[in-house]
Amino acid sequence: MGPYKDSKARDPEIATAIRSGVAVGVAVSLYGVSFGALAVAAGLDVWQTCALSLLMFTGGSQFALIGVLAAGAVPLTAATGWAAVAAATLLGTRNALYALRAAPIVGPGRLRRLAAAHWTIDETIAVSTAQGTPAARRAGFWITGVVIYAGWNVTTLIGALIGDLLGDVRAWGLDAAAAAAFLGLLWPRLRGLQPVAVAIAAAVVAVACVPWTPPGVPVLAATAVAIVAGLTNALGPRGGASAPETPQGGLPA
Amino acid sequence: MNVWLVIAIACLAAYALKLSGYFVPAGVLERPRIARTADLMTVGLLAALVATQTLTAGAALVLDARVPAVVLAGVLLALRVPFIVVVLAAAGAAAGLRALGWLG
Repeated sequence: MGPYKDSKARDPEIATAIRSGVAVGVAVSLYGVSFGALAVAAGLDVWQTCALSLLMFTGGSQFALIGVLAAGAVPLTAATGWAAVAAATLLGTRNALYALRAAPIVGPGRLRRLAAAHWTIDETIAVSTAQGTPAARRAGFWITGVVIYAGWNVTTLIGALIGDLLGDVRAWGLDAAAAAAFLGLLWPRLRGLQPVAVAIAAAVVAVACVPWTPPGVPVLAATAVAIVAGLTNALGPRGGASAPETPQGGLPA
Repeated sequence: MNVWLVIAIACLAAYALKLSGYFVPAGVLERPRIARTADLMTVGLLAALVATQTLTAGAALVLDARVPAVVLAGVLLALRVPFIVVVLAAAGAAAGLRALGWLG
């Protein structure tokens, strides 16, 4: 738990931080059920599914990894395996930017930072940066981290066990659920012309690549579109200024 | 390639990225161009995953029950319905259409 003293827990700012951390944590944890079920549907076993939530612990990357693996053949080829690693890693780059903001919030100390790093995700940053005082920001970060880490892993296990029981993926519509989950992750990011244009271009490039390339590669080819748009700021806000990377509320970890 | 190896490499990379922000000097990562590109990369990857999960089966392009299910998901998201309900509704729509023998 957080490095703040119990006597400060009566501070109203900290109480607010704790309340929002718990609320966000509980709400987001529910998505772990869908991740668990979809991971099993993608061909992972229950252990592999739980390992991802325990050790990767960043929802977008976890969904991306199983999405690419689901599209691949059995047994897994090296091309698909590396494409899955690449897709998950590219989606995790935003966490590096979140960590820049988290560093002054969690405070100094090598061990504390090693622990905080694992919990540096959309929700911990969203809750902590929304608080008004340094102590409340710190409390918000650790409370949200504790609640989501516990909740996300428990619900992942539940989802994986349910997915194991379901059997036929298509009859239960789990393939459509996976697509809907990605749309749910994407939706809050579609603010403004630039992200909408990049999303459409990426979708078209990915689908066009599917018949000609190994599984996973279409998704990476689509990323190239986004990188070019980002570096050139095509269709971006005038003056080259762009809103800094902000965590989107209500997203899985 | 072994699935466990994929998991191990991807998990190490995910942690390394999270950790990098705590130890890399802020100026290296905090340029607007890098922040913008990371932001759009997330958008591009997710959009590509939506498209491939909706429209493809193996190396083939397919129109089946997933398409109306994802359209329904988009409508529900626009109505600010919670994520978990959207996912369940999409699964239910695809499962229902298939049970009725429509759209495969």
